[in-house]
Amino acid sequence: MSRDEKIEQLKARMTAMRSEVHVVPKGDRNAPWTNQLKTILAEKGLKQMLYAPGTAVGDAVEAAWAAGDAGLPALKAYDAPVETFKETLFSMDAGITGTMGGIADTGALVLWPDEKEPRLMSLVPEVHIAVLDADHIHETFSEAMEKCDWAARMPTNALLISGPSKTADIELVLAFGVHGPKEMVVLILV
Amino acid sequence: MTETQFNFQANVRKALANRQLRANLTFAMGSMIAKRKVIFSDVAAFEALRAQGNAIRRRALLQLPELLERLEKKCIENGMSVHWAETTDEANRIVLDILRNHHATRLVKGKSMVSEEMHLNRFLADHGIESLETDLGEFIIQLDGETPSHIIVPAIHKNKQEIARTFHEKIPGTPYTEVVEELNAIARKTLRRKFYEGEVGLSGVNMAVAETGTLCLVENEGNGRMCTTVPPVHIAVMGLEKVVEKLSDVPPLLRLLTGSATGQLITTYVNMITGPRKPGEKDGPREIHLILLDNGRSRILSDEKLRQTLQCIRCGTCLNHCPVYTRLGGHAYGFIYPGPIGEILTPQMEGLDKAGAIITASTLCNACEEVCPVKIPIPDLIRRLRNESYDPNGSVPGHGFKRTLAEAAAWKAWALVNRHRGLNAIVTKMASVFGPVLPRIGPLGAWTRARTRPGFAKKSLHDRAREKGIKDA
Repeated sequence: MSRDEKIEQLKARMTAMRSEVHVVPKGDRNAPWTNQLKTILAEKGLKQMLYAPGTAVGDAVEAAWAAGDAGLPALKAYDAPVETFKETLFSMDAGITGTMGGIADTGALVLWPDEKEPRLMSLVPEVHIAVLDADHIHETFSEAMEKCDWAARMPTNALLISGPSKTADIELVLAFGVHGPKEMVVLILV
Repeated sequence: MTETQFNFQANVRKALANRQLRANLTFAMGSMIAKRKVIFSDVAAFEALRAQGNAIRRRALLQLPELLERLEKKCIENGMSVHWAETTDEANRIVLDILRNHHATRLVKGKSMVSEEMHLNRFLADHGIESLETDLGEFIIQLDGETPSHIIVPAIHKNKQEIARTFHEKIPGTPYTEVVEELNAIARKTLRRKFYEGEVGLSGVNMAVAETGTLCLVENEGNGRMCTTVPPVHIAVMGLEKVVEKLSDVPPLLRLLTGSATGQLITTYVNMITGPRKPGEKDGPREIHLILLDNGRSRILSDEKLRQTLQCIRCGTCLNHCPVYTRLGGHAYGFIYPGPIGEILTPQMEGLDKAGAIITASTLCNACEEVCPVKIPIPDLIRRLRNESYDPNGSVPGHGFKRTLAEAAAWKAWALVNRHRGLNAIVTKMASVFGPVLPRIGPLGAWTRARTRPGFAKKSLHDRAREKGIKDA
């Protein structure tokens, strides 16, 4: 599978499961991908967005927000253990994270939360925005495991996420946003 | 339903008389069958994947004791605590001790069939602890004081009107609404608060990886991740057969599980937990306790044929495809695991004498075997357990419970009649004369209640052959 085919398959699969997927050029210093992010977010009317300082995505967002555009959610860093941060965490309406990679054949993102980017960033806020480098899309889950040698270096928590939270427990009617995020926005950087 | 009250015949009659239940189930099972079919539309690829799944599970069971030791060692290295429970009582005690050590009075629970097997909620309630189900389906049936009727979609026997009434009556301040999205929103709002306050979270385990000491959980709602990530303590309960050898065993089994269970390529979340919060990490539980429950599994493992029962990955697709389950629903089966897998698993756990009646709930149509993602020969195992029910020298607990002197004598007579030509001729003649006028009482009455009575031919095959001039050999 070529890079473009993997992007297409991942996009199609995740869109089918109600994710909003944007393929965005990485851009350069003058026109970075965060410009597109701003456009996407400005329409959503979000108030506060959780981000992870010190990560590639977090730093890019922080730099882009420095300009102080109107209509964007205020940034909030996950900067304390959950015990003292819970109240803030549960009041966030968005969270932006990076990803370890993507899986094309099932349509899923791989996340390895860590010190900088804690586990709950992708679960508790109402909207999860995930940024994926198109070069890190694998064809299958098995391939992702092999290429990145998961067995030798499992993190405390590894996640596959394929869309917003959903349930079909009532009459098998598929409904989105039951306990986790109601919306999932994916930016595939090319 | 407690074991002493278990009357399968009565349950069956009650379930069959419930038109609403049958309508709900017919719709739901048909829909789940169709969804699964789409995922596994490439038959050759599916068969190859099934063979792989079967091989992974068999390989795991062949070295189960070793794998469990390796899993324990790895989990401990990763910072988890590992507990072994031979019985459900022991497992319940371990959960209670952990809760008491943390002075916790509230537990938030993700979906776990093993915890149902333990009757954990009832046990904890008796000890003054609130154990709250957070999976939407489980939440609904807990409000109604019921048990799951399906292992994947526990509230599938209810329609939205019934659920709307339950929410309206049981959750204070909830208006009556039949809109599914609104019902979901009510659950979200009610449970978010509970996750926020959760002191201890409990979950099941879909597979555990011996190689890395990793617990894999699959789910769509996110409540499982809430339960395993927000509270400072996470307890995972697992049937000890759920271990696999290698991390690379996970992707094929995962594909089989989600495809078979809900007709999905993948669930919203695959949550792989390899340890508690490390220094520097800001969330995740500070303690993880893995409880490995036996409850009869090691005994099942010791029988080479019946061992295949333990290959099960609890996808529930055999329920969806079973013509009997589709008409009865899960509650009629009287125990936690219903449908074809329940028929082979429950009697082995609880004993044939207690639960053996449910083995009759099969037409042996083979649908369950054809769809099983790990190729468990369920009809074969049902036959084996049916034999055990009559066998005074069987090996399954409660074997021979159906054996009666009258029936044993009848079969002895049958064997005798069929060994002696003269006797056979007389008895055949008698059957053709008296057969049609036998009163429909006793076993014949029960048998003919829903079936046509077989007719006896006026002339036996022997007689007719002789008339044609064919000589006896």
